Amino acid sequence: MIRIENISKTFNGDKVVDDVSASFGQGKVNLVIGASGTGKSVLIKCIIGLLEPDSGSAFFDEDNFTQGTERLRQKIRQKVGMLFQNLALFDSKNIEENIQFPLDILTNMTQKEKKKQVDFCLDKVSLSGVNKKIPSELSGGMRKRVALARAIVNQPAYLFCDEPNSGLDPSTAVRIDGLIREISSDDKITTIVVSHDMNSVVEIGENILFIHDGKKNWSGTAEGLIKSPSPELNKFICSSKLMRQLVSASSLP
Amino acid sequence: MIKFLQGLGSYFLFLRDIFVPMDSFRIYGRLILDECYIVGCKTFFVFMLISFFMGSVTVLQTAYNISNPFVKDYVIATVLRDTAVVELAPMIMGIFFAGKIGSNMATELGTMKISEQIDALKTMGINATSYLVLPRVIASIISYPILVALSIGVCIVGGYLAGVYGGVISPADYEYGIRNGFIPFSLPFALIKTIVFAFLISTISCYKGFNVSGGAFEVGKISTEAVTKSCVAILCSDYLLAELLL
Repeated sequence: MIRIENISKTFNGDKVVDDVSASFGQGKVNLVIGASGTGKSVLIKCIIGLLEPDSGSAFFDEDNFTQGTERLRQKIRQKVGMLFQNLALFDSKNIEENIQFPLDILTNMTQKEKKKQVDFCLDKVSLSGVNKKIPSELSGGMRKRVALARAIVNQPAYLFCDEPNSGLDPSTAVRIDGLIREISSDDKITTIVVSHDMNSVVEIGENILFIHDGKKNWSGTAEGLIKSPSPELNKFICSSKLMRQLVSASSLP
Repeated sequence: MIKFLQGLGSYFLFLRDIFVPMDSFRIYGRLILDECYIVGCKTFFVFMLISFFMGSVTVLQTAYNISNPFVKDYVIATVLRDTAVVELAPMIMGIFFAGKIGSNMATELGTMKISEQIDALKTMGINATSYLVLPRVIASIISYPILVALSIGVCIVGGYLAGVYGGVISPADYEYGIRNGFIPFSLPFALIKTIVFAFLISTISCYKGFNVSGGAFEVGKISTEAVTKSCVAILCSDYLLAELLL
């Protein structure tokens, strides 16, 4: 479980994240949603320590990551997998080397064991056989799956996904969503997904946190989303015609 | 001035992070070898080519400028030896090293930074500063002195060929000039300079790459900045070392 308490972050006097507290359950897909530029990615970076919050703390199970020593942070990070918005695959390495990289650095596994684990992860994301290709030879959706395979290769306890569906066609996006949900529930991983894609919310959202203007505006389950009293959330949900139709259909007796 | 001091402070904090490796040292061995190949082997040919012509030109121009009949020919070789060992090879090659290797380091790390690859390393629990910078610094400190030592040799050979076959100096005079009045401290002094220059070039370039933000335009900009600041650092440290050690 991950718990955040009163996290705030300011850039040049502009409060991007403002006193956000929340709890993200284990084995669930926890979604942080909101419009672009509302501080979702900054929040996730504050949780994992890529940015230092001005105030507040992030707890990974019982360990206070934000206030912890560098040694503790290092230890916690070794249990984290992250899917970056820009994927952050190493261009100079092939797919196998990319996925194997965390194992090379953080484990004492033999080459045979590492190969087995890499193949298992590639199989899990339905990409068997691309081991020797380099990232630029794959499509956007395939690269996302490679990045996801790398994020889970070390069997993380916590998985962070920053906009996993950005730039993908709807069917590939659904596939990525499905993988994230499957991995989270199978391996009991605490997963936090940052998204502004309502399809993802409907597909995988179990525990949702809505951020508006850097502040926590609403939190709850996917079922409670449509009935939320928050006008900002309703405006966000109903920004597309399709969602307006879905919401009005679900409101019918 | 405040900006300069902030930058300097940030550079020293960066240096501290490099030398606090949290990861097992076993992972650095291979990385250092890879970097030695890039820093040393891949620059070897062009380094030697430049050194050869540097030696040749120095001999010809010294001969051209010494018109006094009371100055013996062997002085040409002595001048070449002293300038090559103390200044030409360590300093001129340092500037070239900054242009080729320094800009390469800044661009590579800058691209890694803007494409979130450095963040990816951090989230994996790896000390990214140490992992990416330490092998480059060690490889530079190992390779650059070797390159400069070879460069001095090639410079002297280049001077010999140009001087002897250009009819400027006889082989006997050249050999005498090279041996004449040699101050043994010149060699350790040159070695100290190369180590300091290699450290400055690699750390300044990596620091610049590590602190880039923005996009491709900024990466290009910091690559140029890395070279200019490395060159300024080389010249300043060259003066300081001469003051302190000579």
